[in-house]
Amino acid sequence: MQISKICQLLSARIICGEELSTAQIERGYSSDLMSDVLTLDTDNLLLITGMCNLQTIRTSEMADIRFIVFVRNKKVNDDMLALAKENNLCILESPFTLFKASGILYQAGLKPVY
Amino acid sequence: MKLQFTIEGGNFSNAGHAASEIKKMLKQLGIEARCIRNIVIAMYEAEVNVVAHAFEGQILVDIETDKITTEIIDKGPGIPDIELAMQEGYSTASKKVREMGFGAGMGLPNIKKNTDEFYIESTVNSGTTLKMINYF
Ligand SMILES: Nc1ncnc2c1ncn2[C@@H]1O[C@H](COP(=O)(O)OP(=O)(O)OP(=O)(O)O)[C@@H](O)[C@H]1O
Ligand SMILES: [Mg+2]
Repeated sequence: MQISKICQLLSARIICGEELSTAQIERGYSSDLMSDVLTLDTDNLLLITGMCNLQTIRTSEMADIRFIVFVRNKKVNDDMLALAKENNLCILESPFTLFKASGILYQAGLKPVY
Repeated sequence: MKLQFTIEGGNFSNAGHAASEIKKMLKQLGIEARCIRNIVIAMYEAEVNVVAHAFEGQILVDIETDKITTEIIDKGPGIPDIELAMQEGYSTASKKVREMGFGAGMGLPNIKKNTDEFYIESTVNSGTTLKMINYF
């Protein structure tokens, strides 16, 4: 699923990494728990989360996750943005809940990790 | 090549600093992406543990031609029962740590999973030392 389609489905805004908006994403993983995100071993993953802090960006950096949607209207701060840009991440912000965002993407064909 | 980093207990915004530097270096050395991923995830988990559970720590990294060795030495409360701490789901993390997105009790087992060799030693009321080795 293309990032631009994900944006449309989730009424989301691209905060950074616009140049990756044509990238194809295969799977999604919804969690507010970085401990669990760090146990994944999946390429080409979209992280859907309401945990909006610097450690979410760090976790994605370490786990080679390049795409994040922050849900529940959480806003990325300047430190997060700088780190995300440094690591060439593509970040989206959506006003939907984690449940709603996940449900919509699942229904539209984004695959789960397991 | 030997490198050294310090970790401040409680300072979450700095957690991952060492792992991030090491990741850049290993990339430059042309190490395979999957291998880098394993190394930095283990290092990051260990860093977060010092931030979350200890007072201060040192990271000593030694990069050789065929392997990377990392020691994480902290001053802190130590771990009374290592076997228990190694179990998935066991955590004594504070509310503050859980609010940061950690504290699921997955870190130590995940370090073991991501390293080729892993050693842990701990003395209660003194500190904990981890040693991990990954072969390229
Ligand atoms: N450096 C340390 N100093 C003192 N106690 C530690 C240290 N590292 C781990 N522990 C103890 O071992 C437990 C399990 O650690 P582990 O990393 O597996 O989980 P966690 O840190 O609680 O949560 P997670 O890693 O999933 O975010 C911790 O809750 C803590 O009680
Ligand atoms: Mg941990």
